[in-house]
Amino acid sequence: MNRAFIKIFVIFWKDLLNEIRTREIIVSVLVFALLVLVIFSFAFGTEVDRKETVAPGILWVALTFGGVIGLNRTFAVEKENSRLEGLMLCPVDRAVIYWGKLAGSFTFMLALAIVITPIFLALFNLPMFLPWLALIIVLATLGFAAVGTLFSALAVNTRARDIMLPILFLPVVVPVIIAAVKATGSVLVGGSWGDMSTWLQIMIVFDIIYMVVATLFFELVVEE
Amino acid sequence: MNSRHTLRNSILLGLSFALMMAALYMVFVYVPTEKNTGVVQRIFYFHVPVAWVAFLAFFVTFISSILYVWKRATRWDAIACASAEIGVIFTTLVLITGPIWAKPAWGIWWTWDARLTTSLVLWIIYITYLLVRRLATDPARGARYGAVIGIVGFIDVPIVFLTVNLWRTQHPTTIIFEGGLTTPMLLALIVCIAAFTVLYVLLLVQSAELKSMKADITYLKSMMQGE
Repeated sequence: MNRAFIKIFVIFWKDLLNEIRTREIIVSVLVFALLVLVIFSFAFGTEVDRKETVAPGILWVALTFGGVIGLNRTFAVEKENSRLEGLMLCPVDRAVIYWGKLAGSFTFMLALAIVITPIFLALFNLPMFLPWLALIIVLATLGFAAVGTLFSALAVNTRARDIMLPILFLPVVVPVIIAAVKATGSVLVGGSWGDMSTWLQIMIVFDIIYMVVATLFFELVVEE
Repeated sequence: MNSRHTLRNSILLGLSFALMMAALYMVFVYVPTEKNTGVVQRIFYFHVPVAWVAFLAFFVTFISSILYVWKRATRWDAIACASAEIGVIFTTLVLITGPIWAKPAWGIWWTWDARLTTSLVLWIIYITYLLVRRLATDPARGARYGAVIGIVGFIDVPIVFLTVNLWRTQHPTTIIFEGGLTTPMLLALIVCIAAFTVLYVLLLVQSAELKSMKADITYLKSMMQGE
């Protein structure tokens, strides 16, 4: 069990190093997510002051769309120079590869959220210190990464793979998006724990179900 | 295809035709007009059975996908794919007949109610299912990917339903009938459900057979080319 953790960490570390050294994806995705925030603010005009409905929606659209572009790259980069074959030749269980990739995607999306959320809060003149929002972001991001890593491995072997991931990923994560938007809305207006707990529970259940299901079926997706 | 299959298909076809005729008679002649919403309520006898078949089809895809993953027999994959195709067509019909009924009954084309939203999300998921199968780089991959989406997509249904239900607690009260279904209405509904279910089975059997034959031909071709 302990050895599995080391193996997961090695795969995760490989992806992290690759990203730190090239900084290919994170910068472009950050700019894209920032643009989504700005464009939505223009699109909604003065309506953006409605903290409970419009503002959380804009944040989660930015994080979801930014995230899906990042997820697309999770396996797309492995296509170059037959790296995917190399990864599959590793003497590890397929589930280990899934968890390594999941850790990488999760960290990537979390990094995106850590930069984008304070900018969002500043742009919309919202309070900066919101510990509950951090929890919501962690839970939603984990759900995104759990589903996204599975579908990213799937989309990479289809034609038109760039569009395949978003159309596979977005309908399945509808519950997470709804829960995250509602929970964020109640945090922003200072709602009680009771308003939030249902949405947090939905995200926790979703995360657990999809981490288990994806672990079970990942082998089927990467098998040659 | 052997003679036993031909006989079975003929029986299914005949039964489906007879039931459809009976359903049409029930809906347009036998059943009385509902007193509050009027004649438009008759679309209910198509809308409900079509929705039932749509969900049944996706459930069959789910089960066949699991069986395919387990047994790895192409027969299960053919059934899963055929059922998903039928499911998409019937969900399309649900999404068309729904608003036609909703506009006169509720005064709106669409509401983000749990049932409506879940149907819409399901429709998109299974359109993607069919797309992935077509766009996968080889058919064996397509079958495996299809199985994964067939399972993962179906697991999503209860979660979406629950979430949307909590999200839209203020949806308009969907009073269809005051005092529930009368006996003739219930009878008409049962006949319609039976008719559409038999039609579904007929379409599924035919389509799955066709897919199996296609797979056989592809296999024979590859054998002839000595691959």
